[in-house]
Amino acid sequence: MSQLPLRAQLASALGRTAATLSRATGRGDGSVIGGRVGLLLEPDLLRKLAHEKKLALVSATNGKTTTTRLIASALQELGEVATNAFGANMPAGHVSALSSNKAAPYGVLEVDEKYLPEVLDTTEAGVVVLMNLSRDQMDRAAEIWLLAQKWRRALAGRPAHVIANCDDPLVTWGASTAARVTWVAGGQRWHEDSWCCPECGGPLDRAEGIVNADWACRECTFSRPEPNWILDGEDAIDPYGHRWRLDLQLPGTANRSNAVVALATAAAFGLEPQRALPRLREVKSVAGRYTTVERDGRVMKLLLAKNPAGWLEAFDVTRPDRPIVLSVNAQGPDGRDTSWLWDVDYRILAGRHVYVTGERRLDLALRLDVAGVGFILVDDFSQAVSALPPGDIDVIANYTAFQSIRTEFGRAV
Amino acid sequence: MQSSLRIVWIYPDLLSTYGDQGNVLVLEQRARRRGIPVEVVHVRSSDPVPEQGDIYLIGGGEDRPQILGAERLRRDGGLHRAIQRGASLLAVCAGYQIMGSVFGGEEGQPVPGIGLLDISSGRGERRSVGELAAEVDPSLGLPTLTGFENHMGVTRLGPGVTPLSRTLVGTGNGDGTEGCFAGKIIGTYLHGPALARNPALADLLLRWAAGPLPAMDDSWYERLRNERLGAVLKP
Repeated sequence: MSQLPLRAQLASALGRTAATLSRATGRGDGSVIGGRVGLLLEPDLLRKLAHEKKLALVSATNGKTTTTRLIASALQELGEVATNAFGANMPAGHVSALSSNKAAPYGVLEVDEKYLPEVLDTTEAGVVVLMNLSRDQMDRAAEIWLLAQKWRRALAGRPAHVIANCDDPLVTWGASTAARVTWVAGGQRWHEDSWCCPECGGPLDRAEGIVNADWACRECTFSRPEPNWILDGEDAIDPYGHRWRLDLQLPGTANRSNAVVALATAAAFGLEPQRALPRLREVKSVAGRYTTVERDGRVMKLLLAKNPAGWLEAFDVTRPDRPIVLSVNAQGPDGRDTSWLWDVDYRILAGRHVYVTGERRLDLALRLDVAGVGFILVDDFSQAVSALPPGDIDVIANYTAFQSIRTEFGRAV
Repeated sequence: MQSSLRIVWIYPDLLSTYGDQGNVLVLEQRARRRGIPVEVVHVRSSDPVPEQGDIYLIGGGEDRPQILGAERLRRDGGLHRAIQRGASLLAVCAGYQIMGSVFGGEEGQPVPGIGLLDISSGRGERRSVGELAAEVDPSLGLPTLTGFENHMGVTRLGPGVTPLSRTLVGTGNGDGTEGCFAGKIIGTYLHGPALARNPALADLLLRWAAGPLPAMDDSWYERLRNERLGAVLKP
């Protein structure tokens, strides 16, 4: 079954053992450690594992894990799919994912934005999916204009088929050196990082109040390409003008956008919407995101939001009549800098029962105070839960805060 | 004083990368809680900077937007005229460097600034990222500065400015000082919502514009300050 050289087979097998140990000891999902062990033994392992797989790479600031899951679900219609389902999106995670299912003819890999050029170079993936770019963990992440420029260089002169969101000007710019692009009008709600033309710095003009409006630079020729696929309310419109009601279980506009991208990607693999869409509708939660957990009659919907654009999307799927618990940390994976809190417009929470916790709860408390939003400060998540009456509760947390809540519920998926 | 306090936020479309809006919101809140009516003006880089503001704010950003911002401010001239009229200015990070004679561009090349502060900046060897704490120049009568810095800049202060503070933790200008001031212009590397962590600095800007201020409930500000200062100044 496997065409891998012996050394690569051994590296891959030892990596899987490490992953199993990580899960068995409750230390993690096992998706990073396994790959690290494998890469240590065979540095060229990723290239070897990717060889002969039909591969899609998925990158964006937000929605990578969910869209990866949607695409992987759709492609299962065609055959087995290897994928990094738990968001381990750097080369170690990719090795782990591809090792765990070497026989699969298809691979769908979520890729960290910074690593995309390197991973594309190593894997020579045939399909690259690019959704959005916005400010995110600026103390360690690359500046996004620079990031888009690196995408341009990485895609230029390659045969890869790119699926890109043309409603995000920076993504459009990043994708437009590719030989072949399918443009998806997936919408863009967060505009704060795209007031200026990525090509020349001039002002971008766009119609306000429409999520997938046309945009164009006032000073140069850079403008929104004609979309091939369109998200229109609850429907996807395909390149032939056929309308598909999405009817997802995943909530919110952002997920409808992710689904249209997944349909366009499936089509790039030759899978038509009538076969892909039922698979997308089966997805209920993604590595704990959007999942519902219960404790003592409190039914909590868990939402992950890591940056201002992500919070905007999370607010979209909360319900104003429900109490809401917000938890913010500033560990390494969250970014040690909490200044992004000031880019989130929290006024939408005014009048709701808001509980604030997490390691950086005082940063969030002041932020809400300045926004005029009333709240109750609690020491930890459990205290918030027991302070609330039984019923439905929304929970929004950033990365490590989310993982610690998820761990309280047995790493809920 | 005119009917309402005018806070002008310069170029949020270019220079607003690290929660810079926080400074606008904190000034607005602290003025309103004192009963001072406030008007906030957001000036995009394609529009002229109005001259009739009381407090001007400019924030941080990436290299390319910083260069564009400097070019447009120089061409526009509105900020210079406002400063001549006696307005105050808080310039943060990339915006701070723009106020000097020169700063470092994408490849470290010198790019002309707009010359409102007697400083010159260049690119350092490594990025300074982390918490910063600093003792403020005694003439300003402010408590310890606290905040977060994230920059590669090194800034040399000329005789026309006074260091804003001396660093206890962090890099700041790179010579043991952090930020500077001259007249009613304050520059700092404390990025994003610097005023949220330093409400006394916000009040200094408000006093310059609106005169003496009544006290207000600062408890959330103080709790956050104490926690952050406690975290970085541990004995």
